[in-house]
Amino acid sequence: MRTKPLLIIGGGISGITAAVEAAEAGMEVILVEKQPYLGGRVSRLNRYFPKLCPPQCGLEINYRRIRNNMRIHILISSCVEEITGIKGNFSVKIRKSAQYVNDLCTACGECVPVCPVERPDELFYGTRRTKAIYIPDEITFPFRYTIDGEVCLKDNCSECLKICKYQAINLDARPEIFTREISAVILATGWRPYDARLIPELGFGTGDRIVTNVQLEKLDVRNLFKSVRPEGSYPVIAFAQCAGSRDRNHLPYCSGVCCGTTLKQALMIREQVPESRMRIFYIDLRVQGRNEDVLTRVQADPNIELVKGKVAGATIQHPGGLVEVETEDILSNRKIRITADMLVLATGMVPEQLGLEQVRTLNNGYIDASSLPDGFFAVGNAVHPADVSTSVKEATAAVLRGLQVVRLADRR
Amino acid sequence: MKDALSAPLGIYLCTGCGIHDAFNVEELLESICKAFPAATCRTHPALCSEQGLHVIREDVRQNGLDKIVIGACSPRIHADRFAADPKTIVERVNLREQVAWCQPPDTDDTRMLAVDLMKMGIVRLLKTEAPVAYIPDNVSDTILVVGGGITGITAALEAARADQRIILVEKEASPGGWMKQLYKQIPFLQPYCSPVASVIQKKIRELEAEPLVTILTSAVIEEISGQPGDFSVAIRQDGSLKTYRAGAVVMATGWKPYDPLNLGYLGYGRFRGVITQLDLEKCAAQDHWDQLFPKKPLHGVLFIQCAGSRDPRHLPYCSSYCCATTLKQTTYLREKYPDLPIYVIYKDLRTPGHLEQFYQHVQQDDLLFLTRGDVTAVTENGDLITVWADRTLFGEPVALDVDLVVLATGMVPTDSSELNLSYRLGKGLPDLKYDFPDSHFICFPYETRRTGIYAAGACRAPMDSASCMEDAGGAVLKAIQCIESVKRGEAVHPRSGDCSWPELYMQRCTDCKRCTEECPFGAYDETPKGTPLPHPTRCRRCGICLGACPERIINFSDFSIDNVSAMIKSVSIPDEFEEKYRILAFVCENDAYPVFDRTGQNRLQYDPSIRIIPVRCIGSVNRIWITDALSMGFDGILLLGCKPGEDYQCHFIQGSELAQKRAENFMEALQTMMLEPERIRMEFIEITDCEKIPYLIRDYVETIKRIGPNPFKGI
Repeated sequence: MRTKPLLIIGGGISGITAAVEAAEAGMEVILVEKQPYLGGRVSRLNRYFPKLCPPQCGLEINYRRIRNNMRIHILISSCVEEITGIKGNFSVKIRKSAQYVNDLCTACGECVPVCPVERPDELFYGTRRTKAIYIPDEITFPFRYTIDGEVCLKDNCSECLKICKYQAINLDARPEIFTREISAVILATGWRPYDARLIPELGFGTGDRIVTNVQLEKLDVRNLFKSVRPEGSYPVIAFAQCAGSRDRNHLPYCSGVCCGTTLKQALMIREQVPESRMRIFYIDLRVQGRNEDVLTRVQADPNIELVKGKVAGATIQHPGGLVEVETEDILSNRKIRITADMLVLATGMVPEQLGLEQVRTLNNGYIDASSLPDGFFAVGNAVHPADVSTSVKEATAAVLRGLQVVRLADRR
Repeated sequence: MKDALSAPLGIYLCTGCGIHDAFNVEELLESICKAFPAATCRTHPALCSEQGLHVIREDVRQNGLDKIVIGACSPRIHADRFAADPKTIVERVNLREQVAWCQPPDTDDTRMLAVDLMKMGIVRLLKTEAPVAYIPDNVSDTILVVGGGITGITAALEAARADQRIILVEKEASPGGWMKQLYKQIPFLQPYCSPVASVIQKKIRELEAEPLVTILTSAVIEEISGQPGDFSVAIRQDGSLKTYRAGAVVMATGWKPYDPLNLGYLGYGRFRGVITQLDLEKCAAQDHWDQLFPKKPLHGVLFIQCAGSRDPRHLPYCSSYCCATTLKQTTYLREKYPDLPIYVIYKDLRTPGHLEQFYQHVQQDDLLFLTRGDVTAVTENGDLITVWADRTLFGEPVALDVDLVVLATGMVPTDSSELNLSYRLGKGLPDLKYDFPDSHFICFPYETRRTGIYAAGACRAPMDSASCMEDAGGAVLKAIQCIESVKRGEAVHPRSGDCSWPELYMQRCTDCKRCTEECPFGAYDETPKGTPLPHPTRCRRCGICLGACPERIINFSDFSIDNVSAMIKSVSIPDEFEEKYRILAFVCENDAYPVFDRTGQNRLQYDPSIRIIPVRCIGSVNRIWITDALSMGFDGILLLGCKPGEDYQCHFIQGSELAQKRAENFMEALQTMMLEPERIRMEFIEITDCEKIPYLIRDYVETIKRIGPNPFKGI
């Protein structure tokens, strides 16, 4: 191989897109993902807006493109420790955490019933539990089980090792550190949700009727409201937009996706619990471009009310009880108190941090793209709050910048 | 052609992962090997293990196996491991997810299902040949960029930096587009405080200095013909016509402002003091403020946001750039008129991301009044204009007297028929909604319905100039990728890497035009005589033409009328006295097939009478397979595809919609055969629908039981 591969850090929708687009353009790619699976935040979504389609549909096609392309080298459970060198000629030090389950795993699942340890599932934002040995989800890629090394009892248990017929488990596995030569770097490190506990007045953590928007994605609302209300009544769900966003004390910026997410979630709840009623409290409804369609659909729904005003506070009446939401209606200039079966906090996005010497961040945590060295390109939520299609577009554009580096090196 | 049966065949069955618990694998192997002469037949406790793969590799080496059948897990698993030798064709039979994991162990039904699936896999493989890639001669590396605005210029510059030749076509006398008329740009870099100088002049200079770019100004495209890798582009410039070659196209034809004459209700065209953002921008750029304010003293300026946007009577979508543009323009006014009251009436103020900083900065202006509101009327009041608004943040309805009203009008994409494609299915890129080119705009925004032609910038979706620059880069990468794929003889998204392509047996073609009309990607033109003229590099390999062809002359080397018919005919149909039904399911391999895998992974059981044939797209199902199956004695046929309609999920855009239409024709086939309409059912499922599968199948089996067995059974 003449030219060195392109390094992509982050295996969410940006990183996956960059990997397939680069490889199909003929480039060699190393994709490094810290989780044991690809898909990042989108694999934790139930639907995309405005089409209300499942993200797994696009992911599956992308995974197939990865499976069929020998130019893509995936390193899961791995982190980039250091990058040295110059554009076209970098060296990257990668740390791959202990692979307790190797690629001989057939995903037969025999190990699960014998595992005695449970853990909260981060894919479900803690609303569900899995065993210490688990498969992230049903279209996960690579398709194999993984062990949460933090909670696994290892040699004190070894039940999974005993039952596995395929030599797929090694509880003595050690992390590996190795280096690779690369030509350019795409930073696709993505985001995590803003911690709702940092907004105490909104009551997150005081009861399970106050949830965040990301948690709601994976909740089975049909079951949630089943036993609560007496026959003939209807559940009320309130949404607090900009929970911690556009707020100097929290996130000064607008995450750009929370309005679309809430509108989508309101429509989904209506589909699943038709008698439900919703009230969305917002400052501005920001659904740009064709995303406006999702707002148009909500406006036509008599059970969903849009109220301009910010939620000031929320309290749980008594343990297990309903949520008292204190808010305002700016247009009629009055304070309102409502009782809701559930309050959804539309929290914003915070960039994940990478900790590489070359990568400087701004006060708001995002990568300062203008300060990146030649041969480094940052995309999607690493540089600014971005939705899926923006991330995809930026990832594709960054591949071109990577290709420019590779072709320049070729020409020399 | 080599006799298919003489090709050395290997058959491998895995006993692991519970397969052997579900049925006796040795017995299965024995019965299969009796029916099909194979050079090697083996079982193995874990075919995917190193030892298992070694056994296969050794057999391939020693016996020169051309084709191998692996009865194990789903083909979606361990694809890389089993893709052993590129010369060996591998057929994976899904005995794990779709038999062992979804059927009760050790029953006759489970055994019969396994036998049938193996037979179907083997006959398919016997009638499959390794594809021979189609690569046109002398593939062009040049990218044609249509449009010389900010998107087109950036595209050309970025492509040149990747060592690619570019022809840039601009219809005006010089490049630059709308951006040339701007006084300043919306900030797109930190600290996002105030408008920044426009980048356009710098970009134009760079463009003109770039040796890899041929700039054609005052030029229009007369015709684009050919196919990716080999487009022929006729360009008229200064009265003369010249033809160029290009490998791929970036369409960056941009936008036009929504016609403000439609906005008479906001005073445009009725009152002199009502202008658009673009008018204001021109005055600012030329410093011609006196034109706007002939009379002093000034009372104020008022911006009306969403003038004709987010409005079903005009543009139903949001143009994304108008809010920040207004904020930008308020700073122009403030710079010039320190004491001028400025009002902005908006529906929602949309400055997502870092632009929120700009919004916060602009809000520091004490004489700037931003309010939500519904404009109820615009009237003239002497030299002033009165704007009436309701539901504002001021509480009461308000009437504001101002000197000038600025309408923030939206973006309308240019008509893509400017491309003048000589394609049988039209000159432009097909659209679905709001005249933007149709694509899976969330997941795969660049994929238009014309392969090798990628839309970028404001003609693709409403966006501001900074987004356009980013968009240009992505579209160029797609264009380069397309050229590289053509050179490798591979398909582009979504069947990237597929080297098979539709081959037509022209002697039997009746010129019925079904393939030319139904291909969602316009891969077929017509000869002057009306015969289909395929362009293989335009093709996305969905097989929709294969499904359309009544003469059955369109086939792929590994997906053909013949190999699917053979699969259907290989299924053993129990006779009518056994009370065992057989349902044939054509299943879209992109979404529906993974749903069945997930059903198995969740160990959800479903009726054993179903026999699954994966197809490239539900639109690739040919009517002959339906009649074959019905005359064979199948009791019912299920067609499982992706959701059609406005929010379609079909990866080939129109596959499910066409399948739906064709299902009506299939009904005719039923009538001719004197069969009940229930014998064919079409369902649309999503990739997450695995819980629905058992119910869906049970419901259909119940329906079939009600109408009874297919009377053709055993004839």
